[in-house]
Amino acid sequence: MSEIALTIIKVLFLALLWLFILSAVSVIRSDLFGKTVPAQDQPQPRQLEAPPPPPKKTRRTRGDPRVFTITQGQQTGESAELASGTVMIGRGADCQLILDDDYVSTRHARVVAGENGYYVEDLGSTNGTYVNGQRITAPTSITLQDTVRIGKTVLRLQP
Amino acid sequence: MSDVAPPVTVIPRKRRGVELLLILFAVAIALTAYVIIDLNVIGEISSTLPYLAAFGILLPLLAHFAIRWRLPYADPVMLPCVVLLNGLGLAMIHRIDLINDPPVFGARQQLVWTTLGVILFMLVAVVIRDHRPLQRFTYTLFLGGLVLLLLPLVPFLGVEKFGARIWISVAGYSFQPAEVAKILLSVAFASYLVEKRDVLALAGYRFLGIDLPRARDLGPILLMWLASLAVLVFQKDLGTSLLFFGLFVMMLYVATERAGWPILGTLLFAAGAYLGYLQFGHVRIRVGAWLDPFSDYDSFYQVITAQFGMAWGGILGTGLGEGRPGLTPLARSDFIAAAIGEELGITGLMAVVMIYGLIVARGLRVALQCRDPFGKLLAAGLSFAFALQVFTIIGGVTRLLPLTGLTTPFMSQGGSSLIANWVVVALLLLISHHARKPIATVVPVDVDSETTQLVKGLAR
Repeated sequence: MSEIALTIIKVLFLALLWLFILSAVSVIRSDLFGKTVPAQDQPQPRQLEAPPPPPKKTRRTRGDPRVFTITQGQQTGESAELASGTVMIGRGADCQLILDDDYVSTRHARVVAGENGYYVEDLGSTNGTYVNGQRITAPTSITLQDTVRIGKTVLRLQP
Repeated sequence: MSDVAPPVTVIPRKRRGVELLLILFAVAIALTAYVIIDLNVIGEISSTLPYLAAFGILLPLLAHFAIRWRLPYADPVMLPCVVLLNGLGLAMIHRIDLINDPPVFGARQQLVWTTLGVILFMLVAVVIRDHRPLQRFTYTLFLGGLVLLLLPLVPFLGVEKFGARIWISVAGYSFQPAEVAKILLSVAFASYLVEKRDVLALAGYRFLGIDLPRARDLGPILLMWLASLAVLVFQKDLGTSLLFFGLFVMMLYVATERAGWPILGTLLFAAGAYLGYLQFGHVRIRVGAWLDPFSDYDSFYQVITAQFGMAWGGILGTGLGEGRPGLTPLARSDFIAAAIGEELGITGLMAVVMIYGLIVARGLRVALQCRDPFGKLLAAGLSFAFALQVFTIIGGVTRLLPLTGLTTPFMSQGGSSLIANWVVVALLLLISHHARKPIATVVPVDVDSETTQLVKGLAR
């Protein structure tokens, strides 16, 4: 082969290699930002009978709690979005709030959205769930003022 | 829903189609390299090419479909990168095969190992499926890893090649057990540290601004230090020793978030390496070849020819099949990076390093994304070990570091390394599948279980 053909092939091959890298990087780039899906596109966690928009509006004007946050304990500051309707709390990997604490059960408790507020519910944990210092036995309504204690961690709703 | 910001969630896309495209692209690049080499060296396309092409397309596709089937949310970039590296490695080995007259068939052997690697990859993806149960076998895996690491020291079993005793020879096949030990020990360290990280991080005292752990918690790090010193002293291999000790120290650092560990580890390793330098001639030769290779043409021949090759290659390389990488001893295995630097130039070598970088970056991203601490640590450990290995060997070949006997993952000839690295990638993809798949509780699993019936009543 002639010298010039060799050079062209050489450069083309290198270009091909870098093209691969560029396309891999562009895949990573689009992956980095993910696919932002409006909530209605994903499998809905729970469909309430009432259409969702009106209560959303009224609740938001009252300073609606949006996140369930750890306010005391090792993981202070971590929080889980309430938007999906349910927040599972425990040591298990399938929980939205994973507490790294020996006093916490694998699936310890959960916070559920009801029609007029949020409820915390113990899922049969060993060491119990406390709302304002009282161990709960049934789903208990909580507001922005209430504190929930699980193991050595204190959590509360936050706007 | 237009007046309030609509609740927006980011769910990772599966991107399996993109993965397939990238894989085909990678295969095409590797086959192009093969054809260019054949045309440049022997002037015609060799008769084995159709078989090779069929194999080269079939294997990655099998791996891809295993992922599609069992790990649909796994990272889409890692497998194509691995396929490209493996394919380029095969092409390069084939190129060096052609130098010998009559040609030898190193590439064919390597293809067999690749097949085995892909089969193991699929087995891990299909059979293990979840990395979390691996956590149960902490001490078994630790013991197994240590035994494998020190296995070459067993008389009659271990073989000494090129001054290092890191091979075992069974029934005519030689094997580097350290490559498998790398995986076992990563899993063992990860599950050990998940249990012990609190005690390692919190109990301790401060010295010169560094948080040091208690003396009794120093046990495991001292044990690993001794094991890697044993590798350095008796197996005479700085690279393996550095790899394992570095892996352990880095996982300690990731688990405890205490900067004291890497500082302590670096000091310990430096002390060990310096003692090795004073005590052993082979370490001195390596350091000599690193600092001043041109002082002794005979002992440092390999490093010198590699330097000449890369210098001749320059920016764009001599072109595939146009260089003389065969002049360097062991160009197929340890010095494959030098062969690439010669024929593809710094542009090609940088591309290869970049692809390694992409794999490592994706691995670390898996560690960041992963929700359970064991998976986090394991992904961080595996990708760090991979990065350290690439850094050490390519750094050694390009004379950034003293040369070590580590393999270039996926590229250099050698079955143990290839198989082990395919398993590493399978484990990383496994963890990434679990990290990226949508949160399981989005599905209302227990709406009807008994503890929730009260909630249903209240919610209504």
